[in-house]
Amino acid sequence: MNNLLQFLSLSDPNVRMVVLGATLLGAGAGLVGVFTLLRKRALLGDAVAHSILPGVCLAFMVGQSKNPFVLLLGALIAGWLSLLAMDYLVRRTKLKADGVIGLVLSVFFGLGIWLLTIIQQSGAASQSGLDKFLFGKAASITSQDVNMFTWVVLGLVLVLLLFYKGFKLIAFDQDFARSVGMPVRLLEFLLSTITVLSIAVGIQAVGVVLMASLLIAPAAAARYWTDRLSVMLLLAAGMGIIAAWSGAYVSFAAPSMPTGPWIVMALALLTGISMLWAPKRGILGRSLRQWRYARKIALENVLKILFQLEERSGMAGKGYSRVSILEHREIEPGPLNMVLRRLKRKAWATEINSLWRLTEEGLTEARQIVRRHRLWELYLHERLNLPADHVHPGAEAMEHLLTPELEEALQRDLGYPVTDPHQSPIP
Amino acid sequence: MPKSAVEVHNLTVSYSQRPVLWDVDFSLPEGKLIAIVGPNGSGKTTLLKSIMGLTPMSGGFVRIFDQPLDEVRSQVSYVPQRESVDWDFPARVRDVVLMGRYRPKNLLSRLSKTDREVADWALDQVRMREFSQRQISQLSGGQQQRVFIARSLAQQAKLYLMDEPFAGVDAASERAILDLLMQLKESGKTLLIVHHDLNTVRQYFDWVVLMNTRLVAAGPVEEVFTDANLQAAYGGQLTVLSKVADRVKEGGFPVREKKVKS
Ligand SMILES: Nc1ncnc2c1ncn2[C@@H]1O[C@H](COP(=O)(O)OP(=O)(O)OP(=O)(O)O)[C@@H](O)[C@H]1O
Ligand SMILES: [Mg+2]
Repeated sequence: MNNLLQFLSLSDPNVRMVVLGATLLGAGAGLVGVFTLLRKRALLGDAVAHSILPGVCLAFMVGQSKNPFVLLLGALIAGWLSLLAMDYLVRRTKLKADGVIGLVLSVFFGLGIWLLTIIQQSGAASQSGLDKFLFGKAASITSQDVNMFTWVVLGLVLVLLLFYKGFKLIAFDQDFARSVGMPVRLLEFLLSTITVLSIAVGIQAVGVVLMASLLIAPAAAARYWTDRLSVMLLLAAGMGIIAAWSGAYVSFAAPSMPTGPWIVMALALLTGISMLWAPKRGILGRSLRQWRYARKIALENVLKILFQLEERSGMAGKGYSRVSILEHREIEPGPLNMVLRRLKRKAWATEINSLWRLTEEGLTEARQIVRRHRLWELYLHERLNLPADHVHPGAEAMEHLLTPELEEALQRDLGYPVTDPHQSPIP
Repeated sequence: MPKSAVEVHNLTVSYSQRPVLWDVDFSLPEGKLIAIVGPNGSGKTTLLKSIMGLTPMSGGFVRIFDQPLDEVRSQVSYVPQRESVDWDFPARVRDVVLMGRYRPKNLLSRLSKTDREVADWALDQVRMREFSQRQISQLSGGQQQRVFIARSLAQQAKLYLMDEPFAGVDAASERAILDLLMQLKESGKTLLIVHHDLNTVRQYFDWVVLMNTRLVAAGPVEEVFTDANLQAAYGGQLTVLSKVADRVKEGGFPVREKKVKS
């Protein structure tokens, strides 16, 4: 706990740099990644991350410095060249996009590794620190780096805000965008540039291999929670930031742990949680709704049985044993016990000498279900011309689904009927 | 003589060298409801796209209202085939309709109140107002089609190019969309519509463009929509033409020689 507080206070200047840097990277990659994901360019992001390496190496060799802005320029140029190469190959050859991506990725990356080896053999390797572009090294983020990250992220947020409408349009419907005369080429150029930039800064924290997940995972996770692009952007940035803090904290608490991979682990966790828990699209949310529905149906079915037993016997007040309930309709005895207990708790039924009987409230509820069932049967019979002996199964399901408004609409449509197609009264 | 809305001159388009539109040449009058008819793969979508400058042409040119497209772009509305976009995009119905108000001029600014009112009006026209806050992935195919038409209406154009607006639409919606198109025509707009149902061509349209890679005929329905022309468009493969096309592709010939006047 103390540990966590100490971390959160950011009193250690080293920690401060790492957290600040990772936050900027996470937010930037999260924002840009939304458009990468929506434009179905996830693989392209991976290729660009790998292709940046030779640019960084050349910038170092030519500039003889590890000034982050100089390296960034090299990265930007190489990233851009790889995009142009992929674009050209897709258009001018028979190769499919995935083949082209693989080809460009391996050629550029191979070139980068070769250059890196040369640099290392020349002896400058130890101080060059270039291998952080390969594996990422969030722990070594300096104030100079943070300075550069700040400019980059500010720049890309500004571009996103300014051209938001245009980016949204080309992500959804590029042909339409061109048909209204939008400067699609300019917009694509801008979007690619900020993507390359955010990748170039991102790999310094998580490395080439994990960069694609820093870009895509926040967006993929955010998509589960919202149907609005603007909200998705904010959520993705937020997920990137949370992951950044988590990764930084893990390596703070256990110094032998690398920050970058833990950022990606945190992202994986966030994505997993989103997949499971998100209210509408998540797996758990959906199963939860199904489970609730099943419970409701079980309860309502027993209510209905008690009602029908009473209706059939023609006299009120008498109770029914579990056996007679089970005889009336096939239900598992186990679930029946549970349902009966729930009925008792709701005070919809009472038990006297093992005989179950509906209370006044229970009767009202049961009447409503039976009413909906019979109304629906009548509706199927009269409006859809189904024969009377065919309408029962459909109504069995619909009785649980109809809302009071729908019930009222049915009543009105059928002229407030008194009997169903089997001549049973509609209560 | 009335101005022509769309003028296509010797248009030739090829995909990776293989021509899919061959010397297409016609001129369409203003204020008409016009069908483009032809079998699958006959180049109807390609024709609309090249009129909108969305596919590179290997020859010929297009003029709209006697001007190059760029001069009159704001008066032209294009409705792509519904399948051309991913409907799982995070947007609501109204967001998509509002896209009809996007212009290069307002790219950097916010949409105005008028823009929003026009979008709502367009939604009313296609009877989708109650769905305006619905996520677009939760729409049926016919509803998606109506959203696209609403976006097009929001553009308030003079010429409408629609790619199969009746595809996947039930009979009632088809009627409603058709009424809308008729209304637009009554108010002097020109509509050029890719249509698949040969049975309704006579009933719905004033003019028809019959095509199959090349133009078969273009003109008023009663003159042009004849059995002979339909036979030419639908019956019998164009063996010679498609053989030549294959040869063009293999040899990498230019489809047209540059700088030669036709
Ligand atoms: N992007 C593309 N690359 C290569 N060939 C294409 C491409 N798009 C279309 N084609 C080819 O061009 C021809 C014309 O296609 P187009 O989509 O214009 O036909 P269509 O008349 O609209 O067909 P449909 O009725 O099925 O919509 C077809 O033979 C098709 O295979
Ligand atoms: Mg088509």
